[in-house]
Amino acid sequence: MEKTIIIQRYNPEQDQAPSAERYQVPFDHSTSVLDALLYIQQQLDPTLAFRWSCRMAICGSCGVMVNKIPKLGCKTFLRDYPAELTISALDHFPIEKDLISDMAVFLDHLQAVKPYLINDSKNTEPHRQTPAQLKKYQKFSSCINCGLCYAACPQFGLNPEFLGPAAIVTAQRYNLDSRDQGKAQRMPQLNGKNGVWACTFVGFCADVCPKHLDPAAAVNQGKVASATDMLISIFKP
Amino acid sequence: MQVLTTDIIVVGGGGAGLRAAIAAAQIRPDARISLLSKVYPMRSHTVAAEGGAAAVTLAEDSLDAHFQDTVAGSDWLADQLVVEHFVKAAYQELVQLEHWGCPWSRKADGSIQVRRFGGMKTERTWFAADKTGFHILHTLFQTSLQYPAIQRLDEFFVLDLLVSEQQVLGVLALQLNSGELFQILAPKVILATGGAGRLFHYNTNGGIVTGDGMALAYRHGVALRDMEFVQYHPTGLPGSGILITEAARGEGGILLNKDGYRYLQDYGLGPETPLGQPKNKYMELGPRDKLSQAFWQQQQAGLTGDYQGHAVVYLDLRHLGAQKLAERLPFICELSRSYVNIDPVQQPIPIRPAVHYTMGGILTDLHGETSISGLYAIGECASVGLHGANRLGSNSLTELLVFGKAAGEHAAQSLPPTNTSQPTAANIQAQSRQLQLASLFGAKQQHSVASLRKAMTLAMEQGCGIYRDDAGMQQCRSTLLELQQQLAKLKVSDHSKVFNTELIQYLELSFGLDVALTICESALARKESRGAHQRLDPGLTQRNDQDFLQHTLAYRAADGRVALRYQPVRITSLPPAARVYGAAAKQGA
Repeated sequence: MEKTIIIQRYNPEQDQAPSAERYQVPFDHSTSVLDALLYIQQQLDPTLAFRWSCRMAICGSCGVMVNKIPKLGCKTFLRDYPAELTISALDHFPIEKDLISDMAVFLDHLQAVKPYLINDSKNTEPHRQTPAQLKKYQKFSSCINCGLCYAACPQFGLNPEFLGPAAIVTAQRYNLDSRDQGKAQRMPQLNGKNGVWACTFVGFCADVCPKHLDPAAAVNQGKVASATDMLISIFKP
Repeated sequence: MQVLTTDIIVVGGGGAGLRAAIAAAQIRPDARISLLSKVYPMRSHTVAAEGGAAAVTLAEDSLDAHFQDTVAGSDWLADQLVVEHFVKAAYQELVQLEHWGCPWSRKADGSIQVRRFGGMKTERTWFAADKTGFHILHTLFQTSLQYPAIQRLDEFFVLDLLVSEQQVLGVLALQLNSGELFQILAPKVILATGGAGRLFHYNTNGGIVTGDGMALAYRHGVALRDMEFVQYHPTGLPGSGILITEAARGEGGILLNKDGYRYLQDYGLGPETPLGQPKNKYMELGPRDKLSQAFWQQQQAGLTGDYQGHAVVYLDLRHLGAQKLAERLPFICELSRSYVNIDPVQQPIPIRPAVHYTMGGILTDLHGETSISGLYAIGECASVGLHGANRLGSNSLTELLVFGKAAGEHAAQSLPPTNTSQPTAANIQAQSRQLQLASLFGAKQQHSVASLRKAMTLAMEQGCGIYRDDAGMQQCRSTLLELQQQLAKLKVSDHSKVFNTELIQYLELSFGLDVALTICESALARKESRGAHQRLDPGLTQRNDQDFLQHTLAYRAADGRVALRYQPVRITSLPPAARVYGAAAKQGA
């Protein structure tokens, strides 16, 4: 059994713009999009460039558009698609080559929200944190930084300065952590014009998240936090 | 070629590299610490560790107990001074991660929860659900972002170490998105490049785990120690090798053969423990080498099942119930549903052993420093002496932290007061490597990097697998040597500069073949069975302390072959004894 994989190829050293190439790939019930890409690279064309590593949906490397929907290549299976499928680099990021996107802006946004525990205690023993307190932020701590939510977000597509779903999720992850004292330092970013209020609540980010984190909910919680913040009058949309 | 000057280069952005960079930045906030990795740090393979990190935590536990478990688990090949140091430092390192925000799982009162793990006599494994490595990696990565001294060089591939007169001068690296070469000069280089599991066909490792750092050091005359000890994890998914954590057994999962029989009781791990009452060091909580070997025995006896052409046994979690599985093992449930289409709540998971971890690595001292001044190695690429012939699950995540910190601190404290760089010596070496690199390109040929790599992984699986014999290893060695010759003749057909993945895979394979040969040669010469190295040859099926209570040191000889030497094992307080589990251990105690 074979399927046709159409890949948007782009080599900045010789191409003006991406163009489609077709490949025939054998598949069975367990063949993932990543397996198909590896087959093409190993058997048909060693110049095909894409990122991958863990093949178990935890390292976040292999995000691509599959039929225009952001997906992790390793967790998307050929069995679920018709005879042809189209694969391209993630939307909304500059393309470096073939399926490799430039993720620098994503990392800048992540860094901007101070994604670390801010707490000046000098205790040498662990903090106490009950399972209920852990649960408040646990889901938001599971972001694998794959960038699919940015490829899905129309606002980020229009304005790359928008912090975006994953960075806001991560800010909320720390804001909601009972051990953290840094919320006041993160709020200016979240309140700013490229923070939570730039989100128009399309919700596509939540649909594509491979870890089902519901970034849209984090953004909305961020809006509530922001609205209750004393800066509300300045940043009201 | 661009030249950068810095103070400390960390090669690898996984758990060990990040911990080292943070430790160095805390001591020397004024220093320039370059964190260089062939991937973005959060893609590093630490991310895939599931089960947990060990440290003595409960009142009824003791440092001595953790020491004994680790030494016995190593089949007495661990360096006992190193183990003593490790068990003492472990707890404070896990607390440090807690202070940095790691979402450790908790008990109802808010204190740290610990779980059972194979080969450990007491619960001492800290965990963050079943994604402990993921949480450790992201906690360290995000924490590292607050130190301006740490400057990242993401997606840089190291081609060579720059070394002169046994002093490291820096590294030569390729920037992947431009194809530009960089000489990065520093008096300290810390290798944290991970293991070499990808040398084998069936493995739990990410595609990036290709042994690069081991080969870099080996090519400059540093010994690779105890390379013959390669850990098979007993529970990988068939085909892909995707890891199903040992914590599944720690929580009470059982292993069944095709007849539904708990076969481990036949291999010195019994008696059978009641369902839902896992017992430390019995049955499914025996050590990894013994469990993987029992699989092989079952396969020989025709008692394994079949999953799409792969021999398998079954990990049964059904009795744990949907709620506990969702709380303690959510990732395992997700992996099983996605990759073998099995819901563990309803059906046992088909599993088989897959290569997981390289116990051996670059020989270092207690601070992680190697025989080359200023060159350090930490984490899985290193052999500091903790794991010996078999690693206990959950010791290696703690190892990243304890020895990552030690190396980062040592490098920062011993930075020379003034600039000692030798740009001329470095430049001569870099220029010659640049010429070699240019000579690798050519026309497409019959063989490809992919076909040679596959031949290597199959040879390793055949010759250096769970059980080994002389004929199989000889065959493996001659295949590897032939592949080296073929690779030397092979040309890289992709001439592009930006993200030339064929070139990178060529270089990774070249590194990998060097490392594979050290594994094979070290294994051939160890004429006994110990830990993860099990031989079938008559007379060699038992441990032989008389001749082999020593470390293997593999050096690269002048003619490119592997030269072996031996080093005595440091024994401080626990003399060698029989390594027994299950009821046999109780009788012996």
